[in-house]
Amino acid sequence: MTLRGFLFSLIWLFAAAATPLSAATLAEYKFDDPVMKSDFRSITEEMRCLVCQNESLAGSNAELAVDLRNEIYDMMQAGQTKDDVIRFMVDRYGDFVLYNPPMKPSTYPLWFGPLILFLIGAILLFRTLKRKKQSQETTLSDDEQQRLESLLKQPSNSKDVSK
Amino acid sequence: MKSYLRFTIPLVIFGVIAAFLFKGLNMNPREIPSPLIGKSVPEFSLPLLEQPETMITNKDLLGKTYLLNVWATWCVSCRAEHSTLVQLARTGKVDIYGLNWKDESAKAQSWLRQLGNPYVANIFDKKGRTAIDLGVYGAPETFLVDSKGVIHYKHAGPVTPLLITETLLPMIEKLKQEG
Repeated sequence: MTLRGFLFSLIWLFAAAATPLSAATLAEYKFDDPVMKSDFRSITEEMRCLVCQNESLAGSNAELAVDLRNEIYDMMQAGQTKDDVIRFMVDRYGDFVLYNPPMKPSTYPLWFGPLILFLIGAILLFRTLKRKKQSQETTLSDDEQQRLESLLKQPSNSKDVSK
Repeated sequence: MKSYLRFTIPLVIFGVIAAFLFKGLNMNPREIPSPLIGKSVPEFSLPLLEQPETMITNKDLLGKTYLLNVWATWCVSCRAEHSTLVQLARTGKVDIYGLNWKDESAKAQSWLRQLGNPYVANIFDKKGRTAIDLGVYGAPETFLVDSKGVIHYKHAGPVTPLLITETLLPMIEKLKQEG
């Protein structure tokens, strides 16, 4: 296989893996309004199935997931908004049901922790590099400096020695 | 000062990460904190399992501290915990209400005849709608509710004798004294 062919098949593989598995489970829900349809899809894909925790509500075949999908569908058909549905779910199952954690004091470490660790690392790195540079500049005493200069002035006989 | 900082900072960071990871090792990802703690039992009006023509509502449960146990005959862990519930009911220390979840009435009734009935009454939630309001995501689940209908504790998974003696009974005693 050529490299090009290999790369193409790789792309196909990833594309296939990225296709949501929810196509089959969501097909039975009919909406007149395409906006509602996409809302329904995004809600169910952003929520965790509580039975199979690595599946979204959209993709899971667990009985509870089916019940919750039906419930969400009914709520939306009754005219409730996306926010209403999300509040309904969080009131019952907690933030755990959301794949995307909300920003609030208890989740600040989650949101800002990596940034803070990165900044600490950057500061430490910067300081270490700076110190290294300083120490290199000041290590030579006067005697050493003289010796260095005399060595540099010498013709390149050191090359012969190394040979 | 700087020479020892070079060693202590990574060591402290390692210690913190290790402590978090060690805590994580002993945590159960199935135990999801319930947002219903401190809130009232949601409103419901459902038939009794044994007398489908009689409806029971959340208001009928007020006045006494009780346990609300979500169970079903298709649930294997429910069978495992059932004898523990029967024993607890015999002590008479607390009323246990059952929420029979997405089950078949005939099967559920024969289960109670065979294994004993620890429940004061069984609420028959065929569609599972009240279970959703309670944030139930698996059976068995057990809620501790006070006389005013406020949920104080939720346990997901089978009730064990240890859970009863260490956690439930002390909380029940406290609630009885307060209310």
